[in-house]
Amino acid sequence: MQNFHGVGVSPGRIVGPVRRMPKAVTEPPSGERLDPGISAEAAVAGLKSAAQSVHDGLKARADTAAGDGKAVLEATALMARDTMLLKQAAKLINAGTSAERAIWEAGASVAEMLHNLGGYMAERATDVLDVRSRIVAELRGVPAPGIPSSESPFILVAEDLAPADTATLDPAKVLALVTSGGGPQSHTAIIARSLGLPAVVAAHGVDEVPDGSEVYVDGAAGFVAVAPSEEQRAAAAAWAETSATLAGFDGNGTTADGHLVPLLANVGGAKDAVAAAGLGAQGVGLFRTEFCFLERDTEPSVDEQAAAYKAVFDAFPGKKVVLRTLDAGADKPLPFLTDATEPNPALGVRGYRTDFTTPGVLERQLSAIARAASESEADVWVMAPMISTAAEAARFASLCAAAGLKTPGVMVEVPSAALTAAAVLREVGFASLGTNDLTQYAMAADRQLGPLAELNTPWQPAVLRLVQLTVEGSALEGNNKPIGVCGEAAADPALAVVLAGLGVSTLSMTARSLAAVGTVLKTVTLEQAQELARLALSAPGAAEAREWVRAKLPVLEELGL
Amino acid sequence: MPERTATIASRSGLHARPAALFAEAAGEQSVEVTIAMQGDPADDALDAASILSLMTLGAAQGDVVVLRAEGEGAEQALDCLVQVLETDHDAE
Repeated sequence: MQNFHGVGVSPGRIVGPVRRMPKAVTEPPSGERLDPGISAEAAVAGLKSAAQSVHDGLKARADTAAGDGKAVLEATALMARDTMLLKQAAKLINAGTSAERAIWEAGASVAEMLHNLGGYMAERATDVLDVRSRIVAELRGVPAPGIPSSESPFILVAEDLAPADTATLDPAKVLALVTSGGGPQSHTAIIARSLGLPAVVAAHGVDEVPDGSEVYVDGAAGFVAVAPSEEQRAAAAAWAETSATLAGFDGNGTTADGHLVPLLANVGGAKDAVAAAGLGAQGVGLFRTEFCFLERDTEPSVDEQAAAYKAVFDAFPGKKVVLRTLDAGADKPLPFLTDATEPNPALGVRGYRTDFTTPGVLERQLSAIARAASESEADVWVMAPMISTAAEAARFASLCAAAGLKTPGVMVEVPSAALTAAAVLREVGFASLGTNDLTQYAMAADRQLGPLAELNTPWQPAVLRLVQLTVEGSALEGNNKPIGVCGEAAADPALAVVLAGLGVSTLSMTARSLAAVGTVLKTVTLEQAQELARLALSAPGAAEAREWVRAKLPVLEELGL
Repeated sequence: MPERTATIASRSGLHARPAALFAEAAGEQSVEVTIAMQGDPADDALDAASILSLMTLGAAQGDVVVLRAEGEGAEQALDCLVQVLETDHDAE
């Protein structure tokens, strides 16, 4: 029996068959020549027919897709048989290049041209490269890249998933996600949690498990076993039962002794907000406003924004909704705001900083928020992402005041903001810790990189210390201003207990985690949570911190969390 | 050679979905149709059925483009495509 150990990023125990994500298509060797036995005419005809098959396949998928996904697939299908691409490739074939190499080079040159045009066109460059890979796969007779399609549910095994893959992931077909790369903060992890799928990342070697093998996945322990034992099958069956009992949250986040820790939801739009309210969320701790802006060449109008924000506010009448202003840049580029050519986008003009280079967008967003807030019954708080200094906090607060917004706040993602929390909090009404970026910046570890998975966890004592410093900063400031957590850390029930013990006042998470976090929080007193927080802070490393805290919370094992 | 001018109606210009709809419609015609910005030489005209060419053209809302085609059915093809360009697909 073969076992794999990785990092568990979304709890759940399940047994099922493996379907592997096909490996990325390898580049045909530079200078590869046309086989002398094949005429250039025949090679061009073969390329056209492969391109047509790719077009037809994508078109068929577009016909069954809906919404934005459909439009993207339709445009991608057209690229597959595009004359600009095929004529360039045919020229190369006529000069003696192999068909695979010819389409590879033609794709590269078209993609580069789009990239140089910038903005929306630069984003489409990726689609051209995707089409190129599909055509090469078709010429080689190997499976097309992307999530495999299957009649029956399966456990998806991949090196890592890209945001584009997750858009085509059908949660009715995929039982669990297992990757050999990626880290705890990778897109794979975030998507798995939002879909409630068990997931293990950074399980080195797991992508060699053959298609169809039956495996057991434990998304809490970070464990994958080929050919599951009877014990493991029983554990999966038990999980199916407990997950049903874990499905409910009573809308009252509290410790066993009645210390209130409201549990809020992270949402990206009205649909999420309605679902979160249905799952008992006590409000919204992070409303990401990017959805209104993504896939846009130009800024949405104030009217359009106000309507979109109001739709979210209306799901939580009388409750708190914390809205984060536009967080573009780094992994979320926007053509009208961010510069795609920055050498180091994570340290670049992103979040609040886009106001330095493109003033006006933030002020218009704030006026749209103020209008939506005045027309709704939600208690609207507004925070800026990527604040580094008290001066930035002060300026953001003055912009909020000018727009008529009463409760300005900041996100604490940059370590400097945690280290100077008292000064930052003097300027605003609250702070919310974004633990994903705070971890990335504290550990200087890119959150998408598999090899850095061990560094990139909010269990790092250094990250917990920054959380503690922020809470201490609030106490020092003297007005008891609330400190929330809205990163993925809040969705980990064991870590949620530690955060409550550190003095965090609210926890905001993907709505599917509310029940698990609420259940575990109710099993400890505030004093026990504080004790666990001290224990985690005293650990020499992230693994020990997690292990020590989990050992003191036997309820986690009982519930399979 | 038969030609028509058309004013781009879609708010996002000849990008994204409007470009895909137009390229698809151009590909369905019995004749080859070219597209160029008004005032550009006919020699620089691009294949109207190529979505990648349309993207590089960069036509925005309100820009005027020239469509050209030759052969049997050219007139009907051009009329049909002018209609596609002069519809605001972003409003649908």
